[in-house]
Amino acid sequence: MANPVIAVRDLVKQFGRFAALRGVTAEFAAGRCYAILGDNGAGKTTLLRSLASLSAPTRGTISIMGTTNLREVCSQLGYMAHPSLLYDELSGVENLRYFARLYGIDSEERCRDVIRAVNLDPSLERPVGQYSQGMRQRMSLARALLNDPKILLLDEPFSNVDVHSAREMTRLLTSLRDQGKTIFVVTHQAALLEGVADEFVWMEAGQIKERTHDFRPPEAR
Amino acid sequence: MNKGSGITRATLAKDLRLEWRSKDAINSMLFFALLVVVIFSFSFDPTAEESRRIAGGLVWVAFLFAAVVALNQTWARELRNQVLDAYRVSPAPANSLFLAKALGNFIFVAVLEALMTPLFIVFYNLRAVGPAYQLLVVAVLGTWALVVNGTFFAAISLRTRSREIMLPLLLFPISIPALLAMVEATSSILTGEFSAKFWIVLLVAYDVVFTMASLFLFELVLHAE
Repeated sequence: MANPVIAVRDLVKQFGRFAALRGVTAEFAAGRCYAILGDNGAGKTTLLRSLASLSAPTRGTISIMGTTNLREVCSQLGYMAHPSLLYDELSGVENLRYFARLYGIDSEERCRDVIRAVNLDPSLERPVGQYSQGMRQRMSLARALLNDPKILLLDEPFSNVDVHSAREMTRLLTSLRDQGKTIFVVTHQAALLEGVADEFVWMEAGQIKERTHDFRPPEAR
Repeated sequence: MNKGSGITRATLAKDLRLEWRSKDAINSMLFFALLVVVIFSFSFDPTAEESRRIAGGLVWVAFLFAAVVALNQTWARELRNQVLDAYRVSPAPANSLFLAKALGNFIFVAVLEALMTPLFIVFYNLRAVGPAYQLLVVAVLGTWALVVNGTFFAAISLRTRSREIMLPLLLFPISIPALLAMVEATSSILTGEFSAKFWIVLLVAYDVVFTMASLFLFELVLHAE
């Protein structure tokens, strides 16, 4: 690959004796959507957390946009975790207003724009803790989009989301990919990303088993 | 206004808003401190002279134990929904978060002290024989000593399994010099028997050293797994 936006070399991550990642080596191109698939415990979330600089590698290197110092590029990353990363006691706008300040964004309009982008109402005043799970997931996605990141790392964005909302989220992801953003989606619902993901990265036992253009698991092809 | 101080202000404002809505920390602290005041006042019936001698220790022990409640809360709300990860992936400096948390805890404990001090005065028949304004200096320096270390060690114990127990285990031994200075200075001022100047200088030195050390080391604590 000529100029990969992310290059991972021999990445090992151990938690005590358990190796969550066992020598992952891969390159990912800019402006593409990657679906990271695999069974529970395959290392998908650990890989995503490593890319987000939340989990330091035991061995190996991660290079993002040409640097291995991930703190240098953290303003270019958007991260959505399985938990919402939102304060339950604050409203959606209050949450985003705070997180925007962490990125040096003062614009209230930017917060409202990303809330609208995920099909939520920015005037909703009730605390996030009273949102439905689907609304919370979408607000979490809005938080990840707040800094207009070049790379989006999304962990299980469709879990507990109804089909209609999931379809809306995939439409948004398609549009973001078409804007040139690189997107990584960890999911168990690969079918939702058919036509959206450019590549399906299959993980097994802490390693990348194969990379395909087909969302179906190897045994179903 | 530089970026770091803007983030500190935003984090402090957010923490105050969260506390205003939940009242988790202040209610538990008040209840605990009130319990200490009432139980001790019924346990013995000190004359004014005796009160002045023991009040320094009593007041600060009540505030220290009550402060631990607030210190545990301050990071616990960052663990719900793993919100702390949102801070860790952002380019915001670690020190801004630490300062905001320490200032927030200072405000919570100061509010507690402001509410509880009149009760201590009434229940223990207290009156300062020495220079009373020095009590305010000791209160500010002593409270900062408690919260700056407390905020730091609460962050360290955040990922441990029994963090409610771990915090006092880490905090109390390291707070002994500050506690000694707070108690001795308060007793000196209340009894007027000797000058509190030495203890106040010790508190200033303690505050400076531990504030610098915490600011220096907090980035490691925040990004630890």
